[in-house]
Amino acid sequence: MSGAAPQRPPLSAGRLALLVAAVAAILASLKLSGANPALLLSGKALRSMADFGRGFLPPDVSPAFLRATWKPFVETIQLATAGTALALALGFPLALLAAGTLHLGGVLFEGDPEPRPLARRLRSLPYWASRLLLNVMRSIPELVWALLFVRAVGLGPAPGVLGIGVAYAGILGKVFAEIIEGTDLRPALALRAAGASRPRAILYGVLPPASRTLISYALYRWECGMRAAAILGFVGAGGLGQHIEISMRMFEHRQTATLIIELFLLVALTDAASARIRKMLA
Amino acid sequence: MSQPPSPDAPPARPLPWGRWSWLAALLLLAAWSFSVGEGAFLSLLRGESLAQMGGYAAKFWPPAAEAPFLALVARAALETLAISIAGTLFSVVLAGGMLYFAASEEILGSGGEWEGSSLRRTAPRRALYALARTALNFFRTVPELIWAIFFVFAVGLGPFAGALALGVHNGGVLGKLYAETLENVRPGPVEALRAGGAGRASAFLYGALPQAWPQVIAYTLYRWEVNIRTAAILGFVGAGGLGQQIHIAISLFLESRLATLTLAIFLLVNAVDLASGWLRRRLEAAF
Repeated sequence: MSGAAPQRPPLSAGRLALLVAAVAAILASLKLSGANPALLLSGKALRSMADFGRGFLPPDVSPAFLRATWKPFVETIQLATAGTALALALGFPLALLAAGTLHLGGVLFEGDPEPRPLARRLRSLPYWASRLLLNVMRSIPELVWALLFVRAVGLGPAPGVLGIGVAYAGILGKVFAEIIEGTDLRPALALRAAGASRPRAILYGVLPPASRTLISYALYRWECGMRAAAILGFVGAGGLGQHIEISMRMFEHRQTATLIIELFLLVALTDAASARIRKMLA
Repeated sequence: MSQPPSPDAPPARPLPWGRWSWLAALLLLAAWSFSVGEGAFLSLLRGESLAQMGGYAAKFWPPAAEAPFLALVARAALETLAISIAGTLFSVVLAGGMLYFAASEEILGSGGEWEGSSLRRTAPRRALYALARTALNFFRTVPELIWAIFFVFAVGLGPFAGALALGVHNGGVLGKLYAETLENVRPGPVEALRAGGAGRASAFLYGALPQAWPQVIAYTLYRWEVNIRTAAILGFVGAGGLGQQIHIAISLFLESRLATLTLAIFLLVNAVDLASGWLRRRLEAAF
């Protein structure tokens, strides 16, 4: 890892095969995706890109338009915040189930008599079930979740919130479980030994030392949520994304430019806010 | 809970009230944010939408499995995979190309070279640095989907536009991550090379880059994992792959096809996660 690695191992057959496979995969991908630099760098493409790009300038900053963008701006914040809150509500309990050190290694069960094999299996069932559920939740992109929810709860911001909520719960649950697994569990063990109940051992023994890392990761997800919320507008979930989509479709590119700048400001604002909160917690 | 059991573990400080009030404010913000749903969440809680949701979910079974459709899905999945790999490659090329400018001030100035050097001499490099950082910021801020619309316009419908969109957006992301990694390498080797008479570029290549490799590879593989998820939705704006099929299936109310496509995304994403994790472990062992 560090700089002291002058003794490079010789290129073994295994590594050579890996290298060849990687190069082959990359070349095949370039071919399959129809990559054609000539197409991109042809005079015609460059000209049309330049024309397209020039259409965005200058951004539309007329007071009337700026006023009209206020609502989607606020809506994007709401989408991201509600989505992240939902993700926390769903992901946190799942993370407790998916944290192996609490269940499999058996911190919470230490001192209990050794269970029979079948009981042991059953005991690990919530662990595997929550892992699988979290995996499904985060493997399907939030945009697809949102689309699935559109048909279920109707058009508008609600499916967007649900989409972010479900997809981010999958991510938060996994990362939270990893954070808990990396936490020193001796306080929880001591509490158990002193006669505390299992929920109390988690509440007072596991969560306090992990809380700063957990909060800081949740804040990071909130920032990601702002970007995601802006994208979700493309499928009708409201917010800046929806207005970006509409303005592009109407070839009102100067309005698109303004909206993209607002998105940039929004992300920077969240960045600053969460950095501030993180610093207060540190 | 006041006394942790072992003396070597630092006691967890409880959060002071000033900090709790920040969390309370966030909580209020979250509660207010749910008003964006205009009552949809309340009806969800009351169970009115739950029946509707259940009815909709039931339509997904059984997933479509006709041979011609499966072949179509396989081809689309392969195309999505290709977009993600080509897009990652483009972003590495873009980020790598910008890197020298976006990180050089810190890396190559660490030898004390800039100390005492006139502002006039350093100004051009500083300007290049600011320019490179601004460009990376811009690439990163514009979401992939918007880049995809842009490139569909430039090179036409299809996966190439998707790969370019991933390349530009992630070029911005990776450029920042690479630059930060390089700024955190130990300055010793670079300074030694510079003192030994090596040029700026060689000091960068042989002094800074080798230290940063493992992190650079880890970041690149991590972006690939993100890219496969994005590649699956770029088809919504005509940039090829599974997204295009999903768009069609949703527009035509073909829920059983939607089930198969969603399953395909799940499998593809997990396959890439596994491959990337395996590669990361292998490469980490190699370094």
